[in-house]
Amino acid sequence: MSALLKRREFLLFLAILLLILLVRARFPSFGSPANLAAIFHDSAILIILALGQMAVILTRCVDLSVAANLALTGMATAMLNAALPGIPVGLLLLFAAGMGMALGAFNGILVWKLALPSIVVTLGTMTIYRGSIFLLSGGAWVNAHQMSPAFKAFPREVVLGLPVLSWIAIAAIAVFVLLIGRTALGRAFHAVGGDEHAAVYTGISVGRTRFWAFTINGGLAGLCGYLWVSRYAVAYTEVAQGFELDVIAACVIGGISIAGGMGTVAGALLGAFFLGAIKNALPVAGISPFWQMAISGAAILLAVAFNARAERRKGRIILKSAQSAAPVIQSSGAAS
Amino acid sequence: MTMAPTPRHIPDRLNGSFLRRLKSWETLLLAVAAAIFTFNALASPYFLDPWNLSDATFNFTEKAMIALAMALLIIAGEIDLSVGAIIALASVAMGAARQMGVETTGLVLIGAGVGLACGAFNGFLVAGLGLPSIVATIGTMSLFRGIAYIILGDGAYGGYPASFAWFGQGYVWGAITFELALLAVLAVVYGVLLHGTNFGRRIYAIGNNATAAAFSGVRVRRIRMTLFMLTGLMAGIASVCLTSRLGSTRPSIGMGMELEVITMVVLGGVAITGGSGTILGVMLAALIMGLITFGLGLLNVPGVVMSIFVGILLISVIALPRLLERMRR
Repeated sequence: MSALLKRREFLLFLAILLLILLVRARFPSFGSPANLAAIFHDSAILIILALGQMAVILTRCVDLSVAANLALTGMATAMLNAALPGIPVGLLLLFAAGMGMALGAFNGILVWKLALPSIVVTLGTMTIYRGSIFLLSGGAWVNAHQMSPAFKAFPREVVLGLPVLSWIAIAAIAVFVLLIGRTALGRAFHAVGGDEHAAVYTGISVGRTRFWAFTINGGLAGLCGYLWVSRYAVAYTEVAQGFELDVIAACVIGGISIAGGMGTVAGALLGAFFLGAIKNALPVAGISPFWQMAISGAAILLAVAFNARAERRKGRIILKSAQSAAPVIQSSGAAS
Repeated sequence: MTMAPTPRHIPDRLNGSFLRRLKSWETLLLAVAAAIFTFNALASPYFLDPWNLSDATFNFTEKAMIALAMALLIIAGEIDLSVGAIIALASVAMGAARQMGVETTGLVLIGAGVGLACGAFNGFLVAGLGLPSIVATIGTMSLFRGIAYIILGDGAYGGYPASFAWFGQGYVWGAITFELALLAVLAVVYGVLLHGTNFGRRIYAIGNNATAAAFSGVRVRRIRMTLFMLTGLMAGIASVCLTSRLGSTRPSIGMGMELEVITMVVLGGVAITGGSGTILGVMLAALIMGLITFGLGLLNVPGVVMSIFVGILLISVIALPRLLERMRR
């Protein structure tokens, strides 16, 4: 039990439970199974993106271009559907995931082959991808009436009591549990972020591992591009603007260390679900939606402050006497 | 300005190749700036008009003010993603104060003061609690802008006094705007601070190796705190200029500006991993970004498409030296 209490994921789970119970005490309709399913459905895209971002952050990188990738792929998919309404949804899904992967792989190649810092690369590709939407669409919107009925219906079709969008999120969670826990690539993500040099000596290619993290993340972003555009039935240049920070926030709240090497699938899932629960609880509790941003900011800071305590034990000081003589320092810094 | 006689030249590194490369970086930026300038002058007959050029400086003056402090912060190995949100909070504070009848001097003090306080809060999180700056400032970015939204909702503040408009719309001499003059003064101040003082040397020392710096007696935490406060203060000053220029406040003011500021700093040759960079480079990058935005604007290229150029420029400018290095090998 005490070991369970020390796990950040469990504490986060308790925090979410507490939040739901608190709101439920005043508003009994909140937190019912149907309501929880609705919150999960509402957070599905954030959950999928948080999983992908987790893979990238585990390798001690960060991808700021996910939201732009999502928007560009979403626009391309919507335009493809508008031009050729007969294309089956399955092909569109493949197209979206493939295009997203290509955009993610471009980030990955730059990080791998030129060893450029990921934050700068993705800052650049974020503006390039976002601008490309305008070039592609000429600034025009793709509206609901231009999309085929099948295109719009797919994510909300109910299968076994849950909409397809929720099932996709569940599938992504299952795949990530296997990928991170049961494959060599998953272990490599942890190894590269934990200690780059040790990973090299173990025979892991740091660049190639990061490349795959970016490619997988890009593929998920592309998939979410279709899901987003189809769910809201509109595609325009500013779709999901700034959403990359929500995704990173979900990861951070979920206890995934921005310094790399630490984090779990459960953490990413709970972090995203926590943000989704807050977003859904505010209107129920009658609080202005304008509070949402400040609350999620405070949640991020609390989560980071809490996680920092656990991370400080990393590394060992060999010369104890020098440490006691020297001023206390922390090795914090901008991520690579 | 007469400088004290320099005692003895101590090189930064034993092999000068790094310095030489740094020099060639600024030369490269200067060449790019000159090329864009010439291209713009040829492409549009309206480009060389002094009033047009003066107008164009508004594209970058506010961001460049923040970039000065951000450059110091990034050289020290930290980053501040909350500057856009600080602008919003400072602007909302000024708007709220105006509703209570505060006059121009008070408004400026409030704007700069809120910026400084936000910076101090960031500094407390990073230097005091030891949180990684990238996530701490993602958090405060949501928090600061969130507070701005709570106060203002979907409304707007306006009705600033006429004398307040001078900061964003006034001219100091001829076609030279107040903002440009302020930026020039600040650039000199920051240039001297970074390249001519002990404080500046310590910033480089922290950025290269914070542990080694601490062991050599540099007060790492105090300097980090100071740098975050400076960045907050510059965001506050930029907020005064921006609010004065727009004449109104909305909670979405300055949204996404942090990324443009960071692009400016990185384009200016500051290593995102810390430890190197110059103020001259950052100012040249600001000029380049301003010229691109203005030139493309004259050619009726929409803003989103301009951002593609900036993105390509950012990536190619950092990728080029690495590519050349690989080819030489």
